[in-house]
Amino acid sequence: MGWTRKDLLSMRELDAGEITLLVDTAASLQEIASRDIKKVPALRGKTVVNLFYESSTRTRTSFEIAGKWLSADVINFSASGSSTTKGESFIDTAKNIAAMSPDVVVVRHSSAGAADLLARELPCSIVNAGDGAHEHPTQALLDLLTIREKKGHFDGLHVAIVGDIAHSRVARSDIHGMRKLGMTVTVAGPPTLIPPFVQELGAKVSYRLEDAIGDVDVIMMLRLQQERMTAGLIPSLREYARFWGLTLDKLARHARPDVLIMHPGPVNRGIELAPEVADGPYSVILDQVSRGVAVRMGVLLLLAGHKGGDGA
Amino acid sequence: MSLLIRSGRVIDPANNVDAVQDVLIEHGKISRLGRHLEAPADVEVVDAKGKIVCPGFIDMHVHLREPGQEYKETVATGTRAAAAGGFTAVCCMANTSPVNDNGAVTDYILAKAKVEGLVRVYPIGAVTRNLRGEELAELAELAESGCVAFSDDGRCVMNAELYRRAMEYTLPFGAPIISHAEDSALSAGASINEGVVSTELGLPGQPAAAEDVMVARDILLAELTGAHVHIAHASTAGTVRLVRDAKARGIRVTAEVTPHHLVLTEDAVRSWDANTKMAPPLRTKRDVEALIEGLVDGTIDCIATDHAPHALSEKEGEFDRAAFGIVGLETAVAVVLDRLVRSGHLPLATLIARWSRDPARLLNLPGGTLSAGAPADVTVLDLDAETTVEPARFHSRSRNTPFGGWQLRGGPWMTVVGGTIARVAPR
Repeated sequence: MGWTRKDLLSMRELDAGEITLLVDTAASLQEIASRDIKKVPALRGKTVVNLFYESSTRTRTSFEIAGKWLSADVINFSASGSSTTKGESFIDTAKNIAAMSPDVVVVRHSSAGAADLLARELPCSIVNAGDGAHEHPTQALLDLLTIREKKGHFDGLHVAIVGDIAHSRVARSDIHGMRKLGMTVTVAGPPTLIPPFVQELGAKVSYRLEDAIGDVDVIMMLRLQQERMTAGLIPSLREYARFWGLTLDKLARHARPDVLIMHPGPVNRGIELAPEVADGPYSVILDQVSRGVAVRMGVLLLLAGHKGGDGA
Repeated sequence: MSLLIRSGRVIDPANNVDAVQDVLIEHGKISRLGRHLEAPADVEVVDAKGKIVCPGFIDMHVHLREPGQEYKETVATGTRAAAAGGFTAVCCMANTSPVNDNGAVTDYILAKAKVEGLVRVYPIGAVTRNLRGEELAELAELAESGCVAFSDDGRCVMNAELYRRAMEYTLPFGAPIISHAEDSALSAGASINEGVVSTELGLPGQPAAAEDVMVARDILLAELTGAHVHIAHASTAGTVRLVRDAKARGIRVTAEVTPHHLVLTEDAVRSWDANTKMAPPLRTKRDVEALIEGLVDGTIDCIATDHAPHALSEKEGEFDRAAFGIVGLETAVAVVLDRLVRSGHLPLATLIARWSRDPARLLNLPGGTLSAGAPADVTVLDLDAETTVEPARFHSRSRNTPFGGWQLRGGPWMTVVGGTIARVAPR
């Protein structure tokens, strides 16, 4: 099955075949990372613009490396130090960049729907690198690639996603992607951080960490933003860490011995994850990051290829 | 100048009339209704055979944006949009710039309306100075200048004590207080309804309770003060239930609903079209069903558009940063005729009552009836007119509608204000 979409906007819009194609493509590109000369000519002559309206270390760097390993010209745009500080609107900036004929625009923005907006307005391919609390599809894809590598398959696996589900684009993309590939997803957190009707997205809900991690193959811990406290959603970081922080002790007592610990980063060490867990034997957090480059190579390749690129 | 509207089906709910009749208009007043009326000399005759002739429609909730935001709308463009949409009168909200919180601003609006208005314009004064919710506006002067109601619409007066005093102070004026019922803490930061769609899209939502809490408060304050409180743009099943119970207990509360809350749900937001963003937000199917039921049984007294023009630049960008509100004057009648009357959910006579007799009664306005001697404000409908909504052809200065491209059957055919046909050149 081939890739037909102009854009990659969400996991929700993809079917299982498309997701598998993306994961397979990424898997096939992974070996480039271990080459002495990390460069293939697949996207030579193609231009990729990273349009980042929100700070990002992992995702932006990862897209940049992915583009460069594929020989694309990669241009980084960040909102600070641009015309945005002179009051230019998002849509105007994007149209101006599009007028310079890039092949792919990778967009990160704090507003949900920002990537969909660009996809409607611009002729080039758009990759959603995170839009508000909506979706972050390439993160879900690298999570899936990591899980398949470690577990060998998807079907029948059970994943617990723990923490601030309400404000997490990663949780939404993961739920859609995992459900479509036959996995069971439980979301867990204090009720104030669980969005209403999340069951209708296909997730089960738990309000107790010990219950949520008991019978799962993967635990995905999410970052807790400090501002949730001032918004009155949780009483204190101390209480959150005590009830929702994952420690070696809780793992030993409640989780399976072969469980994988994942985290999209950046980690609040000592809040949602004890340092010994983040750096411990269960953790595949850095594997996720390296898979991220492969996933973004795959996405750029398929999208630029959709426009008549010369393929891998 | 006289006008004879021949052979239309006249529906005048105030007089329980539903029959094919002629309507004779003389000197700006309804002169006579009857079969085969003799045409006086010098009369303009309109053949309305097959059309519906009703009292002029009143839209008691619009934003004309003048003074101060003329790039969105003016009295001239807004009243043209109203006439094109079948309305003979509009009530304009106070959130202009400057705010209509004193008699000078009211005078300005009325002066503009007299010169440039194509339909009647009834200003609504602010409840609090500059809509800040901190101190009362000059309510007596506003009433004296011609304001027909008081409202901080767009904002909710969160201070219950101040709101109570506003209700008491305005009791002698016989003009209602109109509530924008939205607890600003419960709705803080929200773009849309809180529900399955907000969860899926990751957009901050506000619960139905943000409205219900304030409707309950305002009903209790109406009971305390004896004031007439009118709930603007009801959007929840909870509001319908609260208003129904309050009416049964004899409390002076009335309510309106917009066409968009009657025909759209939060599902429309999945398009990411900022023209699905308004306050209150589009709710659920359950809410829509309750609103229709309330409109039919009289719990909800009238339909009003909450016509809220915004420039393209305020609607084209990121959804969460887009302005709240949509235009409605030029689509309202056709949307409700097609989606509610033609589908059998709303009797035609009820629609006409809710858009003429009932708003006139609750605001003590002249009109709302075709009784002899009443102002000759007449709306004529064509139930068979087929139209496609084309925002580019709107008379309004703004185009922010979620109904672009909708194919609708039934719509306004002619608008008569004070005996004169309000003619709007097609665009």
